[in-house]
Amino acid sequence: MIKFLLKGILRDRSRSLLPIIVVSIGVFLTIVMSAWMKGIFTDMIDMNANFTTGHVKIMTRAYAENSNQMPLDLALLGIDELKQNLEKDYPDMEWVSRINFGGLLDVPDKNGETRAQGPAACKAIDFFHNPKEIERMNISKSLVKGSIPKKPGEAIISDEFAEKFGVKLGEDVTLFGSTMNGSMLFKTFTVCGTIRFGMTMLDRGAILMDISDAQLALDMENGSTEILGYFNDGNYDKLKVEEVTNTFNSKYSKENDEFSPQMHKLEEQSGLGDYLAMADGMIGMMITFFVIAMSIVLWNTGLLGGLRRYTEYGIRLALGEEKKHIYKTMIYEAILIGIIGSVLGTILGLGMAYYLQEVGLDFSEMTKNISMMMPPIYRATIFPDLFYIGFIPGLIAMVSGNALAGLTIYKRKTSQLFKELEV
Amino acid sequence: MKNILISLFTFLFLGSLSAQNANKIIEKVDANMSSKNRIVESSMIIHGKRNSRTITSLSYSVGDKKSFTEYLSPARERGTKMLKLEDKLWIYSPSTDRIIQISGHMLRQSLMGSDLSYEDMMDDRKLTEVYTAKVVGEENIDGRKCYILELKAKVVDVAYYSQKIWIDQEYFVPLKEDLFAKSGKLLKQTTFSNVKKVQGRWYPTKMVYKDMLKQGNGTEFIVNSMKFNQEIQEYIFTKAALKQ
Repeated sequence: MIKFLLKGILRDRSRSLLPIIVVSIGVFLTIVMSAWMKGIFTDMIDMNANFTTGHVKIMTRAYAENSNQMPLDLALLGIDELKQNLEKDYPDMEWVSRINFGGLLDVPDKNGETRAQGPAACKAIDFFHNPKEIERMNISKSLVKGSIPKKPGEAIISDEFAEKFGVKLGEDVTLFGSTMNGSMLFKTFTVCGTIRFGMTMLDRGAILMDISDAQLALDMENGSTEILGYFNDGNYDKLKVEEVTNTFNSKYSKENDEFSPQMHKLEEQSGLGDYLAMADGMIGMMITFFVIAMSIVLWNTGLLGGLRRYTEYGIRLALGEEKKHIYKTMIYEAILIGIIGSVLGTILGLGMAYYLQEVGLDFSEMTKNISMMMPPIYRATIFPDLFYIGFIPGLIAMVSGNALAGLTIYKRKTSQLFKELEV
Repeated sequence: MKNILISLFTFLFLGSLSAQNANKIIEKVDANMSSKNRIVESSMIIHGKRNSRTITSLSYSVGDKKSFTEYLSPARERGTKMLKLEDKLWIYSPSTDRIIQISGHMLRQSLMGSDLSYEDMMDDRKLTEVYTAKVVGEENIDGRKCYILELKAKVVDVAYYSQKIWIDQEYFVPLKEDLFAKSGKLLKQTTFSNVKKVQGRWYPTKMVYKDMLKQGNGTEFIVNSMKFNQEIQEYIFTKAALKQ
């Protein structure tokens, strides 16, 4: 019967073309939107993980309570020993220490007095020994001029700052602020590069230096404001994170010691948990929306088809075919059309999603005044679910539409068939 | 009607009397606390969350417009100098041999990790120039009878919009200060003690500052020696003196 129905669908295009087109469009939109939304959420979460939260982050309990103020005096100390223990306890993760702090970046004139200055968001990472950190923060690709710091005393500053105040490569800038103990921080760096991350928050006045320079300048020997943990495979695994966090905190974090380390999951930081839940919720909502919307459209298409094929069903009933059989063939036909439309829509959708994954859409102009950490180019992400996700609205909507429309067959009365057929 | 008018006039009369009294009180406070010039050697003990540090410094100031401070110890701070001229502030760091001008929001940052900001250190104006005062009550602090005054800013460029200040009724020096933002939020609390007579004027030689927005146990400021109305050479208040 399937073969017979398939022949019917292929030969009588007037009965199959419109439903296939409608299903394909619906599936195409479901896939593209799902991939794009997943891409946006994944990008934002990855960016936050790479720049600020890690897959997990360790801070002192006191620092964590006031982390938005970046209180250097509450930083972690004895990090070398702690990192050694972490590497031993969790060998499938990489542990990196970073220091974030605020200050004032001051550009001297020829007399050593202030020529220009602006607020600085300072980030110290392990430039000299950990190339993964450079890659993780996309520093090489974001460099506008110069190179990454190769020796102590070198720093990269924001290109926007350099352009605004006419700072050239090789010139000195002084960082002014407070050390971990509250002493005045005066540290002069030679500008070895300028950078543009494409994120307004960082591009306004970032300065990046090696962590050893920052430790020295901030009186923070063997200390850092945070230790970030990343899974070696790069994937954020909620179950693993839960396990790592629980075991670490029960071993190292002490409630009565505010300077004891405490591990925080990605989703516990910067409201990212809500964000992850929102991402899942929105993708689910979108699929539901498409199923409902397409069911209505396809029900309508089924009704139109039913009306158009009113005579055909009448003749088939007159010839003695059972109503149940006609209804069954109609549903099988809908399944076949649903499958064809879904396959077509999935192929087209995946193609478009791939394009958006590789090229993306540039929203940097629209987001330039937003201080939240957001990617400048929004890209889609192809994920395994996309290969079947389109079949849910494609098949369900088509079959339910036809099933509803097909119920009219049962309302036909054989006694009136010939009158209806005007025989 | 007659009673209402009597009450109204009494209220206005008492209000005006309170303002007059308050103005006289803060004039007397200004007479003690402000001077033509002064030289102060002080110790600042900063009680942080992890440790405490003591910083000693020598300050020269003329009125509320010029001041020069040299930090004497510890070694990390020795040789650091600060110069204030009008509303400008420069800091010299011997380690980098740089003079940095501090302005804008940086002035609200903590001075050497203490509970004082650069702005606090810079603003040395007389209370009568900046605030209007009202007596709101009396209270005893450490056995000393005090007037309680409420001060409201009458100028725009002020770090604290209002203050509640406890003034010793005998010495006319403040014994306690609550400093508020315009929103009414308590920003800082200061207590004054060890009131001594220096060159005919009463002066509290120990102050404890507590930044209410900051963790930690406050900052003690102790005046080790103080001289009023001295001969201070003008070159001290120049940028050239910073590098010397």
